[in-house]
Amino acid sequence: MEMIPYTVEAREDTGMNNAKLGIWLFLASEVMLFGGLFSAYVFLRLGAPAWPEGGSILSVPIATFNTLILIGSSVTMVFSWTALKENDFGKYRLYLGVTILLALLFLAVKSFEYSEKFSHHLYPSSSTFMAIYFTLTGLHALHILGGIIVNGYFWGPGSKMWTSDPERFTNRIEIAGLYWHFVDLVWIFLFPVLYLL
Amino acid sequence: MNTASGASGHARTYLLVFGTLAMLTIVTVAAGYVSFPAGLGIAIALVIATVKGSLVAAYFMHLLHEQKAIYWLLLFTLLLLLIMFGLFIGSALDQGGIPSVS
Repeated sequence: MEMIPYTVEAREDTGMNNAKLGIWLFLASEVMLFGGLFSAYVFLRLGAPAWPEGGSILSVPIATFNTLILIGSSVTMVFSWTALKENDFGKYRLYLGVTILLALLFLAVKSFEYSEKFSHHLYPSSSTFMAIYFTLTGLHALHILGGIIVNGYFWGPGSKMWTSDPERFTNRIEIAGLYWHFVDLVWIFLFPVLYLL
Repeated sequence: MNTASGASGHARTYLLVFGTLAMLTIVTVAAGYVSFPAGLGIAIALVIATVKGSLVAAYFMHLLHEQKAIYWLLLFTLLLLLIMFGLFIGSALDQGGIPSVS
């Protein structure tokens, strides 16, 4: 089987390996996806006769806690990559494991928030605000889930590559990290927009 | 960023960025409890979010030391995003303003 070219070494024309260019192209498409939904939020809000303050319906302390969890997971993610750069596979697994646990905690808190809303009979159909809230946070939660699956693979079966091709594996973790930080970045904007304004 | 010593040398920076992001999160929440005029409150929250987002992109995503091709790609994405916003706004204006939502 022929190897995919430029997975480790940089291409002359782009100055980077294909994996990095690929993930940035993917993130660019994600910018358009979330950008479109953010503009939907703005239009719905401007067109509404009244708009509730997020904090009057949603729990700001819980969302603040979740924000700190996600920021923390970004730090452990970048530390898992630096651990590989230092040839410390044990530390890599520890940091990536913590990243996955923090992501699971984020989802657990989010599902608690959702169940609280459902128990108060607040559904996407309840109001325009709840509709855009569930759409934006639901899509974001799906991205978190995707990150957990990818990181889980690299923590477990995918980590075999560390013994056969460590440089390529380190690149893979950097790429997974770029995705993870982007998911963190999106939440940084979702948090004030939905909960505080 | 591509050497072991370089990577470990950045550990302090990453922790510093984490501390700053956590502090800015608290500031955002605290500002939400202050009764600013509506427009100013939104502006403060979005400015802080932009600063936080920039820190994540610059340090965690290594955009400070990235290849030119990435910068061009992001600039092009920003342009496409603005065109998309422009299409939405133009479409709304064409229909006599932003449609009201019940």
